[in-house]
Amino acid sequence: MIFVRLSVAIATLSLLSGAALAQAAKPTDPQIAHIAYTAGVIDIAAAKQALAKASNKDVKAFAEDMVRDHEAVNKQALDLVKKLNVTPEDNDTSRTLTKNAADKRAELEKLKGAAFDKAYAANEVAYHKAVNSALETTLIPNATNGELKSLLQTGLKIFQGHEQHAEHVTAGLK
Amino acid sequence: MTPRRTVSIVAALMLAMSVPAHAATIEITMDNLVISPADASAKVGDTIEWINKDVFAHTATARNGDWDVSLPPKKSGSLILKKAGTVDYYCRFHPNMKATLAVEP
Repeated sequence: MIFVRLSVAIATLSLLSGAALAQAAKPTDPQIAHIAYTAGVIDIAAAKQALAKASNKDVKAFAEDMVRDHEAVNKQALDLVKKLNVTPEDNDTSRTLTKNAADKRAELEKLKGAAFDKAYAANEVAYHKAVNSALETTLIPNATNGELKSLLQTGLKIFQGHEQHAEHVTAGLK
Repeated sequence: MTPRRTVSIVAALMLAMSVPAHAATIEITMDNLVISPADASAKVGDTIEWINKDVFAHTATARNGDWDVSLPPKKSGSLILKKAGTVDYYCRFHPNMKATLAVEP
């Protein structure tokens, strides 16, 4: 319990919303499914904000890619939990992630034009890095169901692609 | 049939035979974010068909800017090779998907 409280405290202090992901001790499959799904929902929300506010065409195109890919992954995740008859279980990691993401969106909402583009792209690099690290070190190793593990592994490859794509977009903004 | 017409038919046949004598279609799949085979070879005049088995959109984009083929989810796209040379290509949406195509004359 102390460990859980401590991890939440660390995650809340962190500037990176994704850093919370790395704090989950030994999540169960229903929790892993919830965390992975939540991570996707967060990036879709961030992309929709970017579609409304971004001015750079590469940033907009990137945001469109994020909506499309994360919706596709999350659809697969929903299909899988239905098939496995698993109910995703809300947990401290998911809640911390959601809260941190809401704070980040509020922060980005105050920015305009090129400043917004830069901040969004930089956050996408950091966010995907954090999600990928959590997938590699916590979520994939702890997933017990083979199909869930396999979907998470596909997700990791997709998100590693996003991380590189985001780095490319960020480099183009300088 | 006039002689002139015969000549033109023969000429057309010869032309048809001389260029795509052994033009082949080479299939390359994109499955689970992996391009396979990652190293493919073909000849000028051959057709490359990329088959996207994923539920995600991909592209086959030449690094040298020669071509950019869109591959919507679960769809394929093709390209007729016009130039010899080795081309590195990747997916613009997932730049970690990389492959090489060696095109012989």
